[in-house]
Amino acid sequence: MTRRQRRLTMIGGALAVLSVAAALVLNALRDSIVFFSTPTMVAEKHVPAGKRFRLGGMVEPGSLVRGDNLAVTFAVADGQAKLPVAYKGILPDLFREGQGVVAEGALDARGVFEADTVLAKHDENYMPKEVADALKKQGHWKDDYGKRPDDRAGSPGTMRAVQAGQGLSQ
Amino acid sequence: MIAEAGHYALVLALALALIQSTLPVLGARWRDPALMSVARSTALAQLLFVALSFAALVTLHVTSDFSVVNVYENSHSLKPLIYKITGVWGNHEGSMLLWVSILALFGGLVAAFGQNLPMALRALVLAVQAWIASAFYLFILITSNPFLRIAEPPIEGRDLNPVLQDIGLAVHPPMLYLGYVGFSISFSFAVAALIEGRIDAAWARWVRPWTLMAWIFLTLGIAMGSYWAYYELGWGGWWFWDPVENASLMPWLAGTALLHSAVVMEKRNALKVWTILLAILTFSLSLLGTFLVRSGVLTSVHAFATDPTRGVFILLILCIFIGGSLSLFAWRASALKQGGLFAPISREGALVLNNLLLTTACATVFVGTLYPLGLEVLTGEKISVGAPFFNLTFGPLFLPLMIAMPFGPLLAWKRGDLLGVAQRLTAAGVAALLAVALVWAWARGGATLAPLAIGLAVFVIAGALNDIVERSGVLRLPLASAISRARGLPRSTWGTMFAHAGIGIALIGIVCETTWNSEYIGSMQPGDVAKVAGYELKLDGVTQRKGPNFSEMVAHFDVGLDGRPLSAMTPSKRNYPARGSSTTEAALLSRGASQLYISLGDTAANGAVAVRIYHKPMVLLIWFGPVLMAFGGLLSLSDRRLRVGAPKPARTVRGLQAAE
Repeated sequence: MTRRQRRLTMIGGALAVLSVAAALVLNALRDSIVFFSTPTMVAEKHVPAGKRFRLGGMVEPGSLVRGDNLAVTFAVADGQAKLPVAYKGILPDLFREGQGVVAEGALDARGVFEADTVLAKHDENYMPKEVADALKKQGHWKDDYGKRPDDRAGSPGTMRAVQAGQGLSQ
Repeated sequence: MIAEAGHYALVLALALALIQSTLPVLGARWRDPALMSVARSTALAQLLFVALSFAALVTLHVTSDFSVVNVYENSHSLKPLIYKITGVWGNHEGSMLLWVSILALFGGLVAAFGQNLPMALRALVLAVQAWIASAFYLFILITSNPFLRIAEPPIEGRDLNPVLQDIGLAVHPPMLYLGYVGFSISFSFAVAALIEGRIDAAWARWVRPWTLMAWIFLTLGIAMGSYWAYYELGWGGWWFWDPVENASLMPWLAGTALLHSAVVMEKRNALKVWTILLAILTFSLSLLGTFLVRSGVLTSVHAFATDPTRGVFILLILCIFIGGSLSLFAWRASALKQGGLFAPISREGALVLNNLLLTTACATVFVGTLYPLGLEVLTGEKISVGAPFFNLTFGPLFLPLMIAMPFGPLLAWKRGDLLGVAQRLTAAGVAALLAVALVWAWARGGATLAPLAIGLAVFVIAGALNDIVERSGVLRLPLASAISRARGLPRSTWGTMFAHAGIGIALIGIVCETTWNSEYIGSMQPGDVAKVAGYELKLDGVTQRKGPNFSEMVAHFDVGLDGRPLSAMTPSKRNYPARGSSTTEAALLSRGASQLYISLGDTAANGAVAVRIYHKPMVLLIWFGPVLMAFGGLLSLSDRRLRVGAPKPARTVRGLQAAE
């Protein structure tokens, strides 16, 4: 093989690997990404049953009902609309009524959001970033959500996330 | 007083870094030895002052001086001493100070042990280090000063995030930073070589030990972080494809590629331009990781920093260094002479394939991590890219890499014999097929992919052993002479064996854990028994206990196997009143490489506790693999030929690469 042929072989091989990778990425981006919605967006867009998405909002106070064998239902609200959520399993440490939550799953035929993952992913304001942004956009953001007690130096809030779910689901 | 001294020391370190970033460059340009040697003394002095500054912050945390904001916000007088110390880097400001301290440490090491480097190269390398250091000193002093005071000091601190009050914090961030920041050395060497317009095999010989050292720490840091997440977060996952995890995986992938391409450059004087580019990319990805974590641009498990001014500042640093170095690369790379021809089927060819697959895999992780960010900026639409994306892209790219892995080290340099190598790997192939058959029979059908993946892992492990077995002659020579031959093999050969086998071992762990993981989720009353994977776990009772800065509910489980009592497990749920937050402390019971895992949920009104129990077969292999890899790296590092400060190599490298 001449030097030129060798170089062409190398370049050809590299292009082959890269195009396979590009195809894999495009394919995966089409099938495996999950969109984020609020209850209002779900009501407006009419999401088909069975399509996976992430639902974010506040856990409606008084809506949490614990059933048998760790089944729970609660409602997620964003000020304009609310959506019932069903989940089976252990809720994260930081899950509280009146505070932010992100759940991943899909709507069932009755319009109940069947969550397989519940994330209470937030800082000390109990407000997930996605939820805060969505609420701000809809004009439901109350300024006092954003203030932390005794924040003197503008230091970072402490973010933490605790997830409950089946296995490796994030 | 101590806070002011620490602050002052940091300002002095900045001043020294500014001197170090200018004078030696001029010295290298004018060939002035006096100016060039400024680099060495400033690097050492800079290390001293940063160390003083860091020591000051540690002292403030240990003595619980709540007149300092950083201590007030992240410490508590009742916190155990170890967490007072580790809490220093459990927050944004402190972790940035740790970052620059490690940067100064590496600069100091180059200054101290780089005596045999050509003077101009050393001056330039240290100057580039100082550019990075200056940027980060400015960042700390302007946006994230850990030494700020409060006008009216409070009596008690707000305590450290309970999730971080764990021994993992003592080990994981320093290790990770030693890895991240360690790659700055290869970056500085690359930029220095571009400025000088000269690069040879000796350059690779100097860069490789530093890269290897950084890689070892990064490997251990990632593995440690994964194990920490596994036992601390309470849901038994060990890798979440979380953006912050990806941020550490990307430099690891690029750094692994760099290690391998540096071998080609050192041995064969080929792939020079590519190696330089990889060195730049690896550290750029480290910087990107720092940006992703520190700017709070992504909401994720680790993002304990949120402040846009910081984000913009780090973004600026990122743009200047990545943009600058890549422009320099585009401008100067053509000046570097290409050398060392090789056939596609050869050791070099195999290493090129390794690089190609590793960097492509790294690129897919990059896309998956940054695509949601880009989409949100462009369209405002929020998406999340999770495990399915990475399983579909990263997995298929790692597959050929693992198949090719045993072949690489057996191929000859310049022109290899693929058929011959395949014959030498027959035993490994047979072992792999045997493993597939055995696992398939044991699992009675079931998952079809799992036995194949285990077969692949066995192939990788057996292939890694193959080289050592052949070269030591353990199967054909008397034992004594085989042992002496094995001892005579270069340490780097052993290193390769351990590192490659480590990948296979980690794969076995991953496959077993994901395929045969069994779990039980339910609420249990005292006296109830849960059965998981043949184990009986009886909840004995629940007691309350008081810790130094928390109170906890401890559940007592008796674990039995086949009716015989085995052990006790005590998972707990802790409540930290200072922050009003709680954590779940999982209980782990290791049985060989497998583990039982219990974590607690809420307690219902009737006293029933929500319990999650997992049996995770072979799960410990997931972390044992990386430890083996790091051990292999360490062996390689101790190789006589690679030792830091080894004598300048003879010019024989040039002579060897003559004819095609």
